[in-house]
Amino acid sequence: MADKNTPMREALRMALMEEMERDERVFVMGQEVGAWDGTHKVTRGFLEKFGARRVRDTPISEMAIGGAAVGAAMAGLRPVAEIMTINFAFLAFDALINHAAKVHYMFNGQFKCPMVMRVASGWGNQATATHSHTPEMIFAHFPGMYVAAPSNARDAKGMLKAAIRDDNPVLFSESIALYPKPAVVPDDPDFLLPIGKSDLKREGQHVTLVAWARGVEWALQAADTLAKEGVQCEVIDLRWLRPLDTALVFESFKKTNRCVVIEEALPHFGVGAEIAAQIQDNLFDYMDAPIKRVNAMDVPLPYAAELEMLALPNAQKVVDAVREVL
Amino acid sequence: MQKESAVARPSAHLDADTLRQMYWIMLLSRRTDERAWVLHRQGKIAFHISAMGHEACQVGMAFAIQRGVDYVNPYYRDLALVMALGVTPAQFMVSLFGKVGEYSSGGRQMPSHFGYRPANIISGSAPVATQVPQAAGLAFAIKYRQQMGLVDANDATQPRLALTCLGEGSTSQGEWHEGMNWAGVHKLPFICMVQNNEYAISVPIEAQMAVSNVADRAAAYGVTGVVVDGNDVLAVYDVAKAAVERAYTGGGATLIEAKTYRLTPHSSDDDDRTYRSREEVETWKKKDPILRFQNYLLENSIMTQAELDDADARAKSIVDAAQAEAESTPYPAPEFALGAVYAEEN
Ligand SMILES: Cc1ncc(C[n+]2csc(CCOP(=O)(O)OP(=O)(O)O)c2C)c(N)n1
Ligand SMILES: [Mg+2]
Repeated sequence: MADKNTPMREALRMALMEEMERDERVFVMGQEVGAWDGTHKVTRGFLEKFGARRVRDTPISEMAIGGAAVGAAMAGLRPVAEIMTINFAFLAFDALINHAAKVHYMFNGQFKCPMVMRVASGWGNQATATHSHTPEMIFAHFPGMYVAAPSNARDAKGMLKAAIRDDNPVLFSESIALYPKPAVVPDDPDFLLPIGKSDLKREGQHVTLVAWARGVEWALQAADTLAKEGVQCEVIDLRWLRPLDTALVFESFKKTNRCVVIEEALPHFGVGAEIAAQIQDNLFDYMDAPIKRVNAMDVPLPYAAELEMLALPNAQKVVDAVREVL
Repeated sequence: MQKESAVARPSAHLDADTLRQMYWIMLLSRRTDERAWVLHRQGKIAFHISAMGHEACQVGMAFAIQRGVDYVNPYYRDLALVMALGVTPAQFMVSLFGKVGEYSSGGRQMPSHFGYRPANIISGSAPVATQVPQAAGLAFAIKYRQQMGLVDANDATQPRLALTCLGEGSTSQGEWHEGMNWAGVHKLPFICMVQNNEYAISVPIEAQMAVSNVADRAAAYGVTGVVVDGNDVLAVYDVAKAAVERAYTGGGATLIEAKTYRLTPHSSDDDDRTYRSREEVETWKKKDPILRFQNYLLENSIMTQAELDDADARAKSIVDAAQAEAESTPYPAPEFALGAVYAEEN
């Protein structure tokens, strides 16, 4: 076997499979993860390979999936719970926020909560307002949680493996639009990417573009367009919303003095706001322009295809924002 | 058969016109539904989720309530139910396309998240079972208004009960349990009809619950529980009528479990061949509630074969016209996405 071009859904599948082979304490549970191969086919063939003990089709009970994952993790297992979409993770919110994120602190380290909750996230397939959220930042609000949001297949593999091996609870967000997108993925079963480490995707000296998950694609497309006009964008992929790694962002900003944050989610109280606040707080003397955010429009997402596209961010909106700060 | 059940069965008192009307709604729903699958295959619409196979329990239930007046919190599979409450094929077709004037949300909401104020149909959200505690809240408001003397408990122009539906799999949600308990504790005019089609997407009922009947749980909430053959429209009408009487007369809530089967994949995103054998599906096709009701109508000389054929032709032409209307309707203007977020906006 060699490293090869692999879609993100396959890369995640590899990561999960390798970790289950490596450690018997790792098991998956969720709605449709068994007989149906997972809503997004990440657990394809798992039921056959690992059996029903380690691949649990659950009732439609997100609260119980979240709560049972917390319990099983405290009892020494390493559950990987799949929630069909992040919208339904709201139903498990209490388990994640009032329990998973607090276990270690409130027990003064007597118990750990090494669980991963995998959620599919994102807009753009006419699933409408209550089916299309990208609310990762809400989960990232709470100390005690880690929140992963990979932008490509390679990172997805290394990040998921690291999440499963880590002793803290991780909300692992997988952008639905990225599942089919391929990248070269290492087949090394110990390929890990460190938790809370951002990534420099492209160098440039004129403006810093900060993105994660699906936003990275828009940032890179915008950078291509702008390069033709002589504008060089530096693109940074945060990868993790918590721990939030601002080191590369700060370093870049000292050079470019300008920043645009690209966020698929709604604008208010978002990651973009946090990045802007941290930059002005730490690098006030380097600021040459207001920090801009490119977000979804501040409305519930409508159904009609054109309206949906209008409400979503895209590469052109990034280009426009960059022009405003130059 | 007619005779011996005439005393006990309210359906025995239904006149021929009502029976024909019930059949008509089941048929119209079926033909509209079939067309939606065609439109999806043609790539004209993004999504469809079907009521096919569930028409009997939905129509039997609908005809027992004060239609258009009593509150109804349906779920995504309730096309025949909402059609019985007045939603037309043309309205549904426009919703499939998400076009201007869409009856439910103006094109903001996904199709099959039915919401229609003129018929007191309340739209659900994407997570399953959220409608159950909300229906308990509507029933709570009904009882509150009656107790406060704001309405007369016998005024049939006012809502006197709240009906909600969901699938058996969705009863695994905390919200279902909490809503049922609420309805029981407050002895509310509330009916929950669980449409048990044996699967929640691929997950069979045995993987969902350790009891054999959802209705067995009624005792735990202190409400009346009843199991009924959901493919028999008149049997459903009978138990529904009793539940409605109970609700209208202060007797509290009822949990009805209608045993049925969906004749299609879960939705246009599903391929059910991976988890249901073709033999199983064929067996249930023979129990198709529409065929079954046709036989009843023929045997009891309520409709002739010629009348059945004529109804089918009429349904087809109505669906053709509905599709044409939807296709010629424009999409909403971009600004429309921005409105109506708060109460003061349109
Ligand atoms: C809280 C929540 N979790 C998961 C889903 C995804 N989902 C939609 S329908 C469905 C199956 C529901 O099955 P059932 O309640 O039996 O109803 P049926 O579709 O069979 O009529 C699932 C899991 C959802 N909509 N909401
Ligand atoms: Mg079901």
